[in-house]
Amino acid sequence: MIPTIVVFVYLAVVLYIGIFAFRKGSSSGEDYFVASRSLGNWVFLLSLFGTNMTAFAILGSSGLAYQRGIGVYGLMASASGFVIPLTIFFIGTRLWAMGKKFGHITQVQYFRDRWECGHIGTLIFAVTAAMLVPYIIIGVMGGGQTLEALSTMMGPDGKPHLFEVVRNGQTLMEPRHWISYEVGGGLVALVVMSYVFFGGMRGTAWVNTFQTIMFLTFGTVAFFFISHNLGGFDKIIEALVANPKTQPLLTRARIPIEEFFSYTFIPLSSIMFPHIAIMCMTAKKASAFKKTVTFYPLCIAAIWLPCVFLGVVAAGQFPGLKPGEADDVILRMLTENTHVALAGVLGAAIMACVMASDSQILALCTMFTEDVFAYYGGKQRFGEKAQVWTGRAFVVGVTIVAYLIAIKLKDKAGIFELAIRFAFSGFAALAPVMLAALFWKRSTKWGALAAVVWVVVTLLGSFWLFEATANMAPKPGQPPTQIFPAVGNLFLRTPGNVTIYGYLPVMFMVLGSAFWMWLVSMLTPAPSAKAVEKYFPKN
Amino acid sequence: MTSRTKLLLTLLAIVVYLLHQDCWNWTKFEPLFFGFVPVGLAYHAVYSVLASVLMWSLVKFAWPKHLDELEAQEGKQSKEEAK
Repeated sequence: MIPTIVVFVYLAVVLYIGIFAFRKGSSSGEDYFVASRSLGNWVFLLSLFGTNMTAFAILGSSGLAYQRGIGVYGLMASASGFVIPLTIFFIGTRLWAMGKKFGHITQVQYFRDRWECGHIGTLIFAVTAAMLVPYIIIGVMGGGQTLEALSTMMGPDGKPHLFEVVRNGQTLMEPRHWISYEVGGGLVALVVMSYVFFGGMRGTAWVNTFQTIMFLTFGTVAFFFISHNLGGFDKIIEALVANPKTQPLLTRARIPIEEFFSYTFIPLSSIMFPHIAIMCMTAKKASAFKKTVTFYPLCIAAIWLPCVFLGVVAAGQFPGLKPGEADDVILRMLTENTHVALAGVLGAAIMACVMASDSQILALCTMFTEDVFAYYGGKQRFGEKAQVWTGRAFVVGVTIVAYLIAIKLKDKAGIFELAIRFAFSGFAALAPVMLAALFWKRSTKWGALAAVVWVVVTLLGSFWLFEATANMAPKPGQPPTQIFPAVGNLFLRTPGNVTIYGYLPVMFMVLGSAFWMWLVSMLTPAPSAKAVEKYFPKN
Repeated sequence: MTSRTKLLLTLLAIVVYLLHQDCWNWTKFEPLFFGFVPVGLAYHAVYSVLASVLMWSLVKFAWPKHLDELEAQEGKQSKEEAK
């Protein structure tokens, strides 16, 4: 019960922060959508980092490390620690400058102005919005699942109390929860909706800052508590070394070298996520980026190192969990090895990451009001106030729809998780479009269109191939299967991916997108001198 | 930024990227740092620090000047508006 109370206190604090931000704000669109471009250095760093930290960084990383070992850190975290700050340095700072100079808030506004195009901008809006929606649904689902897991009724021995349940004529023993999935998901959706509705970008940024500080502080404390409770990590590691089944977890033996290399393309997605790009517009000064870029790799290390390590340690403590069950090993480690109140605080921190859907909801609402409502004349006709209220109404609408889908498709979470995995590749493959817009004068709207079409086609193609080959996927540890034996190793099916000669499709999607951007731009008329002069002034 | 600095920073970024692919640690877990951190994990922890140093160098030596100019212009404008 204590963890549930702690989580409720946390939700109340978050709600208060959002409402406090509302009182500090003004009624202008720029204030609601980008906090009047006024975030200071530390708030900017922590909120940008917090926005990027989804439930996967905590739950997924330890679950994956449980199955594939310490290499998960190099695969996902240290690669991100190199690529994400680079993209913030080269792209984020430029977006900020364009926003300051020309008043842009979204990526699509910039593309439309830069290439003097309307409908291509609308297409980019539709593609990015479609790739963002699964995140919002997963956020609500994750909230429901986490609250349900944290509120499990415990017996006097500190283990879940099991009750008799009759299901399909069979009697089963199952745990019960103080808060059901439906109520938990509803509560999380309501809290997120409220502070995004009232606080807009300022509220979201402050909440993310609070969440990041909380997670970094209590995560460190919990790490030492767990180590102390286990009598030090060295004994656990010794046991893992001695067991031939777990020894590979201490190496990268379960990650193919081609996958490790091609995975470095995935973090290119970060800056193309609308919520991250919009976040870049919120800095008060360019100097805010200096701290963010420098400290970003260290922040990633502070969160991911303990999560990955604890995931591997969990393989010694809870052997034999299946892939789906392994996702909550971090929660199991906390419950078993820390004081119940600390487990509650950490539970709240995990909720914080699950609730990262706040900035995605706000981004979707910003995109709709700026790229559709304002662009097609709504702002001109009804005024700025109506634009902000349209945004707020959109926040309510999106949250309700996400909640209903999360309830209706409770057992289909895997599909949305899969969609998110593919969306990462999709956003990464859009990065060449942004780079061309920012750094290549000769790039054209037709080049951008070709690149976007390539991204959509390859994304749907790889998604289809993955689903169609589900029954031929090898078990973990087994060699990959040839999908079309006639073409040899061209298309391979591994336990978790479809690969091209062992490399992840994202690599070919990014390179292909850059190629189409270049080729079609060279074949089509150059953009007008006026547009080029505007974005590439001579002095 | 001189062209020499530009070249050095580009080379540094390429070297840091290549250092991420530490194939020599692939199947090794020893030495164990502090008695419990496998070499592959320790290497990438240090790599994160190296990435931070690279970012610091970029900020220090390759910061886009026009951003500072824009910031100064903004400051001047808001001061005038305040007057």
